[in-house]
Amino acid sequence: MTATSPNATSPSSASSLVGRAGDTVDAPGGVVWALRDSWNEATRHLRAVPRSPELLLFATLQPIMFVLLFNYVFGGSVNVGGDYTQFLIPGVFAQTVVFGSAFTGIGIAEDLQKGFIDRLRSLPISQGAVLIGRTMSDMVRNVLTFLVMLGVSFLIGFRFEGGLAKGLLATALLLGFSYSFSWIQALIGLSVKSVEAANSAGFIWMFPLTFLSSAFVKPENMTSAWLRKVAEWNPFTIVTNAARALYGGTPVGDTVWQSIVFAIAITVVFSFLAVRKFKSAASH
Amino acid sequence: MPLIQAEQLTKSFGDTKALAGLDLEVEQGTVLGVLGPNGAGKTTAVRILTTLLRPDGGRATIDGIDVAKEPRRIRSRIGLTGQYAAVDERLTARENLELIGRFFRMSGGDSKRRAQELLDRFRLDQAGDRVVSGFSGGMRRRLDISMSLVARPTVLFLDEPTTGLDPRSRNAMWDLIDELTAEGMTTLLTTQYLEEADRLAKEIVVIDRGQAIAKGTADELKDLLGGARAEVALGEGADQGAVIAGLGGLVNPDAEPAVGAGTVTVPLRQGTTTPQVVRALDAAGVAVRDVTVSRPTLDDVFLTLTGHAAEEVAADDEGDQS
Repeated sequence: MTATSPNATSPSSASSLVGRAGDTVDAPGGVVWALRDSWNEATRHLRAVPRSPELLLFATLQPIMFVLLFNYVFGGSVNVGGDYTQFLIPGVFAQTVVFGSAFTGIGIAEDLQKGFIDRLRSLPISQGAVLIGRTMSDMVRNVLTFLVMLGVSFLIGFRFEGGLAKGLLATALLLGFSYSFSWIQALIGLSVKSVEAANSAGFIWMFPLTFLSSAFVKPENMTSAWLRKVAEWNPFTIVTNAARALYGGTPVGDTVWQSIVFAIAITVVFSFLAVRKFKSAASH
Repeated sequence: MPLIQAEQLTKSFGDTKALAGLDLEVEQGTVLGVLGPNGAGKTTAVRILTTLLRPDGGRATIDGIDVAKEPRRIRSRIGLTGQYAAVDERLTARENLELIGRFFRMSGGDSKRRAQELLDRFRLDQAGDRVVSGFSGGMRRRLDISMSLVARPTVLFLDEPTTGLDPRSRNAMWDLIDELTAEGMTTLLTTQYLEEADRLAKEIVVIDRGQAIAKGTADELKDLLGGARAEVALGEGADQGAVIAGLGGLVNPDAEPAVGAGTVTVPLRQGTTTPQVVRALDAAGVAVRDVTVSRPTLDDVFLTLTGHAAEEVAADDEGDQS
């Protein structure tokens, strides 16, 4: 070592880099620390949001485009037995928030590829916290997108016809459903070998999921019997119907509680699978 | 007792045996260089020792703690810098460091102070509040290592820390590792480069196909290889006998010279330089058209120790490690 090394000019011994064997205190664990770990991880992503406004911009432009295109292109030709705007908008909302969940998988695949997941896994933190922090911060981004969509929708005539409380409940229902899907995406992001694959694998199945549903047309108007069956049984149809009924102030039937059960079941199953996958995740 | 101890570690991925009974020992305050080509099992070994991967068999301890049984306690004691700079590009250098501090349960104030100390130490204080995506490769590497040092680890793992760095950044990294060693850090370093292991490590373990095939100090390993060789292209009237006689004391008596078409390859003693060879031949009046002195490379190590070239192994199990 030479006298000009940074070491020689360091301010004090406080900047020592090396721990002594036997001196290290084990980092504490437990639920409270797991929550703090999750929060720390969430802030890692939230800090980044305002730094890449173009990401947020494009994430928002797409749903706006969908709202406008579907409303004005199909609006005249699709017969839903009422106001198509009021019918369509909840479907676009539902599709948009569910598509938004794909960012979770892409982000995780990126962290994995860059070795950041390795770094996180080598820290004495709660293993689930990394995924909880990620899904939570993506939820925040989803909320922002939702607010913009709501604004545009109000401009073209969409209303909370069932009142504010039901409108908010519908919104919460959709965001909750999207959150459950972000755990599916987390599992995909941890399972694929590249960011590109996470992108394709994350989106591809969501097209049939969201189009073979009641989001844009009534299932009973679909051309074949088996398509109608699929659309009727699709959980996405149930959530869309629940949101549509709540926004529109029409009877919800069983759709609300069924949606909640779906969201919880998907979250439980896929968070278990994703955390298990995370514990064995290897960078590529 | 060694600070890091691994006994008979095994790990397979499908049909590929990444580790086939690997033994390692690292004494406190020293650098162990783990030398091997791509696919030799270096990264797998590091991943097991840093709790990222469970071994199929064998046992490893750090500071007496079993890595498979108490991974959390191990994680409180280690720093890991992998092959890619694991930094969050969207954050500033300071934010990256503070994040790690908070993950190590430091208070907000402590993690801020620690981040500042490390920025100063690693000459990143000017760039501390810049977003990392604009950093050079060398700066990223420095940040990466400083992030591994936030919680004052007992043991540092460096997995091919200079792969992909330009020569200047590589030298800076070597100086940095020297500084850490001078402060008493225990380091396990993997590398593909004999030169790097030579420069940094007290002990070197050469691994191939998941096993340690040789170990010792750099000098011991080089002796094993027979050291440098002089390839002499003969001029008019010169022959093998004249060349060997001319080189005299520079010849390594323990290894055999080889004769080719118009050339002679003579093993040399440790530390022999090219000018010495030229001067000796000149002084003896041996007619020589050309002289090339070559030193052992990693490929020579592999050829000698395993009978196959390093490249073949790399081609065999590309992407073994994860």
